[in-house]
Amino acid sequence: MSEISIIAVLDDPVRRSLYDYVSARGDGVSRSEAAAATGIGRTLAAFHLDRLAEAGLVEVTFARPSGRTGPGAGRPAKLYRRAVTEHQVSVPPRDYRAAAELLAEVVDLTGAEPELQRSARNRGAAAGRAAREQAPGLPDGDLVTGALSAQGYQPYRDRADVRLRNCPFHLLAGRHPPLICGMNLALLEGLLAGAGVSGLTARLDPRPGECCVVLEKSKNNHN
Amino acid sequence: MTGYHLAELNIGTARAPTDAPEMAGFMAGIIPVNALADTAPGFVWRLADGDGPGATALRPCGPDIMVNMSVWQDLESLRDFVYRNGPHLDFMRRRRAWFHPMAVPYLVLWWVPAGHIPGMDEALSRLDLLRRDGPGPQAFTFRDPYPPPVQAPVARHR
Repeated sequence: MSEISIIAVLDDPVRRSLYDYVSARGDGVSRSEAAAATGIGRTLAAFHLDRLAEAGLVEVTFARPSGRTGPGAGRPAKLYRRAVTEHQVSVPPRDYRAAAELLAEVVDLTGAEPELQRSARNRGAAAGRAAREQAPGLPDGDLVTGALSAQGYQPYRDRADVRLRNCPFHLLAGRHPPLICGMNLALLEGLLAGAGVSGLTARLDPRPGECCVVLEKSKNNHN
Repeated sequence: MTGYHLAELNIGTARAPTDAPEMAGFMAGIIPVNALADTAPGFVWRLADGDGPGATALRPCGPDIMVNMSVWQDLESLRDFVYRNGPHLDFMRRRRAWFHPMAVPYLVLWWVPAGHIPGMDEALSRLDLLRRDGPGPQAFTFRDPYPPPVQAPVARHR
């Protein structure tokens, strides 16, 4: 399938909401869970999930519930999770990733990381201020998760902390980890500062398959 | 198991002597980071000699250049520690405060027979190889890795 046909598979609101649900969950999702989460029947969910799997947007695994094994353990459930492969379409053709790779190499070679982190903090702060201006009455937690969702981080709550399922800079970060993770941390520190959120603090704490930053409940939090 | 372990050498030109105030953050941070390495999955050995913590007192490349060397069971264990361990990643994020940027490669990876602990001459020759020829099976990087040597097939008796 061409890139454009793969992405076009998402051009259906029900299928899109199923994809978003599977994508935001870190673990495998059964068709029942996906159906319940999106408010549709299981058969319809199965149909759409299989279309997503054919297009390579989700991957299928099989697992027994609660890890039972042996006869009588139950039929393995079909589970869906977001596929690893990235897909991109740009019209007219654009290649920002090639430019990003070159720029990252040069920052690394010249040691301009402090400047990069400063710029990133400023950019994050601008986004934080804009988010606050748009919704001044919104509680901090909702404001932050809203802004993070809009930027593609796929935030989720882990007790009092906010974790990020997706790294928007994934391939670039894989090639320049301290540079890009440092930039990312600065962006998120800036976001919190710009939005005036003191109850959360950004810190580097990678989890397998997730973004390297956690937003933790701040120590000595008075909010 | 491949019968090979992964060795690494990394060097850095410090901005100031290790007892200068600018280096205090580095000298304090290296101790817990070394302790984390020791208990990281796949860790085999790291260079530790001289007066300072870890390898910080060693100067085989000249007065301002600090060195560090370690051996791991495989590439993924090392990659996970260097780039996916929170405190170590944070340490790396802050390296510009303590080390000058380098226009030539400063980190080299190579395969050694399991149980072999490389000496400094071996490590430095691999770094030279990387700088001269670019990444290859004898000296490579995280971005351009090479697999361990394939074991020679055992001769079959006819």
